[in-house]
Amino acid sequence: MWDHEIRAMASTHAIIAASVFMATVVPAVLVPGFSVYGSHLLWLYSVSGAVTAVSVAVFWLLGITAPAKKHTLGYKLSRLFRSCVYFFLSCLFFHTVVVLYGAPLIESALETFSLAVLLTSLTTLRCLCVLGPSVQAWIRVFSRHGAMSVWDTCLQITVACTAFGAWLGAFPIPLDWDRPWQVWPVSCSLGAMIGFLTGLVGAPAWIHYHRKQLTYKCK
Amino acid sequence: MKGLPVLSLLLWVCALYFVGIYLFVGGFLLVRLEVNRTSTCGDVLQPAGEEPADFCRAQPRFRRAVLLIIDALKIDFARFDPNNTAPRPFENKLPVLEESVSVRPSHSRLYPFRADPPTTTMQRIKGFTTGSLPTFVDVGNNFASSAILEDNLIHQFGQVGKRVVFMGDDTWESLFPKRFHRSLPFPSFNVKDLHTVDDGILQHLYATMVGDDWDVLVAHFLGVDHCGHRFGPDHPAMADKLTQMDGVIRSVMARLQNDTLLVVMGDHGMTDSGDHGGESQKETDAAIFLYSPSPLFPAPPSQSEPDVVPQTDLVPTLALLLGVPIPYSSVGQVLLPLFPSHRQTEGAAGGLSQLEALWINAKQVNRFLETYSGMAKDIPADSLTRLKSEFSRLSSEYLAAVRGGGPASPQLAARLQAYLTSVRDTCRATWARFSPGKMAAGLAVLALACLLCLTLSELSLVLIRGDGPGLRGPAAAALSAGGCGLGLLVPPLLVLLLRCASLLSDSYVIAEGRAVTFLLLSLALYVPVHLNWDGLLMPPGHDPLKAAGLLPSAALSPSAVRRESGTLLACLGLLVGSLYLSLAFHGCREEQGSCQPSHFLSPLSRLQDNQLKNLHYVLSVCSLGSWTYLLRRCLRHYGNLNSSGGAVFAARWLLPLLCVCLVLHWAVSATPEDSFRNLSELISLAQRALPRAAYCLLGLGLLLVWVDPLTVFVKTRTAATVRGPSLPPPRYRASTGISPQAELHHLIPQIYQRMRLSLDDSELRGGGEAGSRPAVEAYGLGTVYSAPLLLLCGLLGVGLLLLHPEGMALSFLLLLLETGALLHIHASSTALSGLHGTPAGGFNVPWTPVVLWSLAASQFFHATGHLPTFTSIQWTAAFVGFPDGHTGTALPATLVALNTFASHILFAVGCPLLLFWPLVREVGGSRGGGRACGEEGEDAVMEMRLRENPQQFASALLQLSARYLFVEGTQVFASACAAALLRRHLMVWKVFAPKLMFEASGFLASSVSLLLGVTLVLRVDVAVSRWFKMLVPDASR
Repeated sequence: MWDHEIRAMASTHAIIAASVFMATVVPAVLVPGFSVYGSHLLWLYSVSGAVTAVSVAVFWLLGITAPAKKHTLGYKLSRLFRSCVYFFLSCLFFHTVVVLYGAPLIESALETFSLAVLLTSLTTLRCLCVLGPSVQAWIRVFSRHGAMSVWDTCLQITVACTAFGAWLGAFPIPLDWDRPWQVWPVSCSLGAMIGFLTGLVGAPAWIHYHRKQLTYKCK
Repeated sequence: MKGLPVLSLLLWVCALYFVGIYLFVGGFLLVRLEVNRTSTCGDVLQPAGEEPADFCRAQPRFRRAVLLIIDALKIDFARFDPNNTAPRPFENKLPVLEESVSVRPSHSRLYPFRADPPTTTMQRIKGFTTGSLPTFVDVGNNFASSAILEDNLIHQFGQVGKRVVFMGDDTWESLFPKRFHRSLPFPSFNVKDLHTVDDGILQHLYATMVGDDWDVLVAHFLGVDHCGHRFGPDHPAMADKLTQMDGVIRSVMARLQNDTLLVVMGDHGMTDSGDHGGESQKETDAAIFLYSPSPLFPAPPSQSEPDVVPQTDLVPTLALLLGVPIPYSSVGQVLLPLFPSHRQTEGAAGGLSQLEALWINAKQVNRFLETYSGMAKDIPADSLTRLKSEFSRLSSEYLAAVRGGGPASPQLAARLQAYLTSVRDTCRATWARFSPGKMAAGLAVLALACLLCLTLSELSLVLIRGDGPGLRGPAAAALSAGGCGLGLLVPPLLVLLLRCASLLSDSYVIAEGRAVTFLLLSLALYVPVHLNWDGLLMPPGHDPLKAAGLLPSAALSPSAVRRESGTLLACLGLLVGSLYLSLAFHGCREEQGSCQPSHFLSPLSRLQDNQLKNLHYVLSVCSLGSWTYLLRRCLRHYGNLNSSGGAVFAARWLLPLLCVCLVLHWAVSATPEDSFRNLSELISLAQRALPRAAYCLLGLGLLLVWVDPLTVFVKTRTAATVRGPSLPPPRYRASTGISPQAELHHLIPQIYQRMRLSLDDSELRGGGEAGSRPAVEAYGLGTVYSAPLLLLCGLLGVGLLLLHPEGMALSFLLLLLETGALLHIHASSTALSGLHGTPAGGFNVPWTPVVLWSLAASQFFHATGHLPTFTSIQWTAAFVGFPDGHTGTALPATLVALNTFASHILFAVGCPLLLFWPLVREVGGSRGGGRACGEEGEDAVMEMRLRENPQQFASALLQLSARYLFVEGTQVFASACAAALLRRHLMVWKVFAPKLMFEASGFLASSVSLLLGVTLVLRVDVAVSRWFKMLVPDASR
């Protein structure tokens, strides 16, 4: 059972990572003058879109999503609607946090918001996919004994890695090196993306090596 | 409680830190060696054999000279642009310079005049009279400038019998005591006074010029500089001042005779805000204007004109033009356009040719270099030998050319110039001389002090027990040493590590204000995340399956948990909000290009828009009012405003009175000078009296808090019963054999009980409700320790605000809010994690709040408009209450230091609050819990817990202080490391050295204030003991 789940997770992550890769390569081929630094926003959107689409598809296909209580169409629709609302709210939340951390308030609001969208699609979207639109469940997952399945543990690791990466990404901004990746928000989004990819690789590995220690209560 | 050991241990640690700082700074900031030799007329500077020495006897080109020094005459002020139709207040106000340059090009010229940093007036005067380069350490001498001992122009003028007449800035008088033929000094210290010095000079200047009682006339005007300091360059007052200077220059030019040279110059420039001291181009680039009624420049302006004249170059030029020897330690080079390229016929008033002037100059510089390298070994040997060989080559070539009689090659002059420039550059590069031994020793002592602090904080309990059984000590030591190694990896210390690492990079030091805020925010967000990770943030109830064994047994009921986490999150929001708002109060470093300094930083009197002025004023008054209200509200909430003691008197009356003084003072100082002419007497009186009254009130308040710190109110009705024999069921009386100690153990809980009831009561107080409840005795006993401390912080805060610009009141309010938020976050997280009160936890304050506290101190250093640069020091603080300046230097220095380190002082004094606050907040928690699960009497004893466990109290206090000192000390250590490692860095004098000085002085302020806070706590403890003794006369404790 363990091997099965870990293998599923590894392949899921491989697909998501591949989608990130494709979202970087394909526009580079199709759009003239595309570069990660130069047309950063475009890259952000393409990556966010790709990650969103692929995650939703993969998690839906795998059926990891938290089981719905009712199976009526109306309930499903309202769930979908609430997910969208949460997605948007989470964008706003990240935007606020980033501004509080020192991002310019008005000047580059679009850049900041794009970073918020990226962060949302890397973290909140995963929460939505795995846990459904329930903030309480999200809060519960991020505690020591809160994980109830391998996927929850995986979620913990990837989200923490992404957030940590974005946080670390802010460090080079004040340095006077005048590099293109020091421009706001390039370093942060790159940091988040690198953190996310690290999480994607690290989560299955960590779970594999700690599978003896991990015990979950039934859902 | 054992107060003395705590205090002496802390003193010992602080002393260790001070020794480390002293050693390091002593090794890092060395003064350039002064060469105390003087040049004489007999120096053989002429080529050997041609003339027998003594060129003083030769006819100089100018017999007399007038030096008009206009302080802070920036080159931008001196330029004139006829196409500029809408000049700003400082532009195009000196047309005389341009007129003269264009009409009489051979008589006059205008150059940018580049000063060497530090661009402070005293260093500049030193620089352009001795011709040497100033060193960093001189900056500190600006308050008490002492006489110049090195050879200088004034000395040389005196040697050849020229009569030097001086008038103006009295700094000269202290630099050259008794050197002037006649001297008319005027006080320079009062920056607000634009006219005294200038008017004083103008009264005497023209009369002196017409007379024949002088050879060199030095007049130093200060109005422009003071105008810049007071209003900034972009202000109508600056236009008036510059126009006045224009008139002065015209009048002086009209009175010049043919044998007289006029030099008009600025000693330094100014930034856009009117400050100076640093090394940005705006500060260093002054103007120099040379004029003489007789032709001065042999050649018309050409390509070879220097773009910029370094300030040191004035010395040899003036010396050779006036026929005195070049001062011994000058490293300047002569200004060539003033000298003819070929020697004139002997009749034409003995001028030196360019080559001769350069040769004399080079010879003098070489002689200085030889002497200096004989005295000190700091100039690198290879560059020294290179320079020497270059000079000997040049000298042989020159001598050959002179002997040959033919015209020397034009390259020779260029090479002589290059030689002089390279000497100057070499000197500038090396005169930051370090002593590695002292620096290493300083670093080692600092590191030792940090380690000691860490050990102290881990072993505090063992140390305080001290006399306990010998076995337990080592065991605990071993345990905590083990924990120490692991403990270093926790996130708060990681944040501290990041903070220290950030001090090693100039970019982060430049962006320090934001970097600290970033770290503070990160660590604050870590608190709830960590709590949530431990499953403590949310009540465990909603998921019955996992509630069972997995969580630590819930100490708090779900509702209490919910309320505590609500408080925590709300306070986090408050903290984050005030952090974000406080970013609006930052000043700007010159390195931050596009940064705009906060509008609140300029004093109200600078604002010209009346409506804006009123708005700012009202805002400031409101924030001051809220500051006072919040403080009193807090004290009243815990029942500390009821008694009639000294501290309560201070809180009830002195604090509001202080605020009234402050508000009136702001109003008076904001009135424009010329709006109420008939009231000017009154206004100047009020400017003096109001702040002084505030100082007195503050002093009185602090004294009262010290003398009578108890804020406990004992109701007389019941107090009588306490003291009297009819004490309600005195259980302990029954057992007569019991010791007084044990007796007290029985009695105290009873007092607590009543005290708690009184607190409940004070909440619900209203009419006769008290009567229906059990007898009430002690109000405010639960916050007996924290109330005086809080009051002290409040009083100090208002006092320090007095020294700041009015707009900073808002920032101080944010500081108070942030402090409250931090304390509540700490208290809530302690309550949530259920650490408190458990025997294992003691009263220990974990690392996170301590690091947060210290980061907040650095953050508010920036948010009160300060920066770790010398330019940004708010000198105006020295004049609050003393608008006419000072006689001594100690008082203004103290005021400026208090202003600069206000946030360090406030946070350090308030540091023990971190220990008390979880206890203070406990009452709320237990009451809520009480309603849910029944009354638990002992829970509401608040700070009396500390009295119950005096040993734990002492150890916790020691631990907290040691941790705070550790956190502050490591930052000093890090900036010392940065200064030591990067001592040859491009930015060392601009960024790292000032940062080190500020960090070290901030540590000094912090540690002294911390000791003050701890001492106050101990004082309160003594008072509380006495109070208990009064209650129970036969108990000795």
